[in-house]
Amino acid sequence: MTVPTHQLLRHVVAFARSLRSEGIVVTPGQTATFARALGEISIFDPLAFFYAAQCTLLTRREDQARFAEVFRKFWQSLGLERFPGELLNQTALPPKKEQKAKPGEVGRESRCSGESNSQPLPIVDRALTFSETEVLKQKRFDQMTEEELEAARKLLYNFVWNPPERRTRRLKAFGKEQLDLRRSFRRSLKHQGELLELTERSRKPKPRPIVALADVSGSMERYARMLLHFLHAFSLEQTRKGVRQIETFTFGTRLTRITRTLKKRSVDAALTEVGQQVKDWSGGTRIGACLHTFNHTWAKRVLGRGAIVLVISDGWDQGAPELLAFEMERLQKSCHRLIWLNPLIGTPGYQPLTRGLVAAMPFMDDFLPVHNLKSLEQLVEVLATVQRQRGSIH
Amino acid sequence: MMPQSVEETQQALEAHHYIADKGLSVAVFLALKLGRPLLLEGEPGVGKTEIVKVLAELLQTRLIRLQCYEGLDISSAVYEWDYARQMMQIRLLEASGERNQEKVRHEVFGADFLLKRPLLQALETTDGKAPVLLIDELDRADEEFEAFLLEFLSDWQISVPEVGTLRAERPPVVVITSNRTREIHDALKRRCMYYWIDYPSFDKEYRIVREKVPGIPEKLAQQAVAFVQALRQQDLYKAPGVAETLDWAASLLALGQTELQPEVIEETLGVLLKYQDDVVKAKNQARDLLARAQMQSPL
Repeated sequence: MTVPTHQLLRHVVAFARSLRSEGIVVTPGQTATFARALGEISIFDPLAFFYAAQCTLLTRREDQARFAEVFRKFWQSLGLERFPGELLNQTALPPKKEQKAKPGEVGRESRCSGESNSQPLPIVDRALTFSETEVLKQKRFDQMTEEELEAARKLLYNFVWNPPERRTRRLKAFGKEQLDLRRSFRRSLKHQGELLELTERSRKPKPRPIVALADVSGSMERYARMLLHFLHAFSLEQTRKGVRQIETFTFGTRLTRITRTLKKRSVDAALTEVGQQVKDWSGGTRIGACLHTFNHTWAKRVLGRGAIVLVISDGWDQGAPELLAFEMERLQKSCHRLIWLNPLIGTPGYQPLTRGLVAAMPFMDDFLPVHNLKSLEQLVEVLATVQRQRGSIH
Repeated sequence: MMPQSVEETQQALEAHHYIADKGLSVAVFLALKLGRPLLLEGEPGVGKTEIVKVLAELLQTRLIRLQCYEGLDISSAVYEWDYARQMMQIRLLEASGERNQEKVRHEVFGADFLLKRPLLQALETTDGKAPVLLIDELDRADEEFEAFLLEFLSDWQISVPEVGTLRAERPPVVVITSNRTREIHDALKRRCMYYWIDYPSFDKEYRIVREKVPGIPEKLAQQAVAFVQALRQQDLYKAPGVAETLDWAASLLALGQTELQPEVIEETLGVLLKYQDDVVKAKNQARDLLARAQMQSPL
């Protein structure tokens, strides 16, 4: 076994650091494993060197391409064409190149940082009286002033969330379903092995996963920010409880997963990052195509274990209705309950007649409004009461 | 035999009819050498489970398999007591006039009554050799089990309250697979050598088919593989894995085919595709894909 020299080790550590600066999390433990691995392979074999780095430092397939890119850049910046092994023979450190963090993905300027282009108003921290709160709850998001929106956002964080539960196959002690022989026997030992009482176990309930797909296209712009606040409040609550049960995506012309971003504690930081991440903010809508991407790429990974799907959209779709219907059907079949939330239901005299909605309608389990706080509260209630069986459309 | 280099690993796998990429060989070699678990992810049917069987053969040791599912708990993964026999033993001791509680306890919780499940078995060596432990489809188990596993994989020991702590003389070779129906916890991933097994290239898949479907005509094998490769480029809900290619090639051979015919493809698409929508879609494109496949195959 060849022990990596001091020289090489320094580069290994620097390499781990440059991976981190590109957002690939690498722990010191992994770096150490990589260094040990280098003692086992021939470091003059560039491919083996690369794969050793990959299998010790990479834990996510999504990062694979970025990992390869950082790898190439890093070792090339040391002036080595292909051979990290050359480092063994070097005496002096090559000039240190600063591994600068990319300033994030450069996208269009975030537009989610304010509903209007006006200066952000100072937060007015006033205690809302009951009647004021009630009025606020009834008011439509698109008619709220900046001040009211701020107050509404605060209220969101006071919601009591009761995610629906399902019974898992894991058993817990002291139930009423299945004989618990292990415990019964242990107890019997107190009475010379006489089975005087039989204890039972039952299935353990767990919260259902929730998957939210939020439309951020132009027609939804006035609602999108508030809905993201809602989803953030929900994510935060979940994280606090230590469960990882909510997955969030945005869609317009393309699907973007924002689950990780929404886990940030600060809502402003989270939403600013979402603004940078989402490239199709306030653009057109191709719901069918986005659901297609979701069904293909994500459904198997996030819809297991009886998930509840929330699609938040007004149903203005520029794509083919047949595609939307097809993908909705598939989506409904692979989740426990498909709830469509539409802010326009709150408009007096509204009829869901857009081509997109008409195509999607047969595959919704629920069709609910999300235009004001009251309706969000109702949504939380509906979620808490989702039953084992599919319900009919409300 | 324990391979001593990446090349040796690759050759040894091949000698046991498993054609591995360099990347996989490096990951396997390092997992063996550094005594770390190997975590394999990839679409179903790319050979994640297969390599474990080969590893056991190659190391000439036992293969212990733990299939994960939701609700998998200690009593099915680690150990359980044989209650019925314990009860009987108590009655026997009673009949023989044994009154000493301590002694009864000691007798009843003896090694004879302990039913060893896969993880406990994996701690035992046979002829001085540690077994290969396959923890299959870990993504199906729940988080509680994953947490337990993390502890098991770091300490290689299990404590049974009545018996004490059972420790591995030699840690088993552990391979964990996941189909990614949910994310495996980061802490566990970081303990493992990680490798994503992709669909194979044309050359590799062709070699696999020749290796695993003996007697298949060269031309048929080439065309079938080219067809499957073209099919994977299509927008399918579930693309065929290598396992499906092998099934299909074997079916074509059993049907007495020597080269691909459009009619036969249409009749046998069900072997390759598991969703009706996909079958319909592929049927419409079959001739087109076949033409492409024929162009690609060098014969």
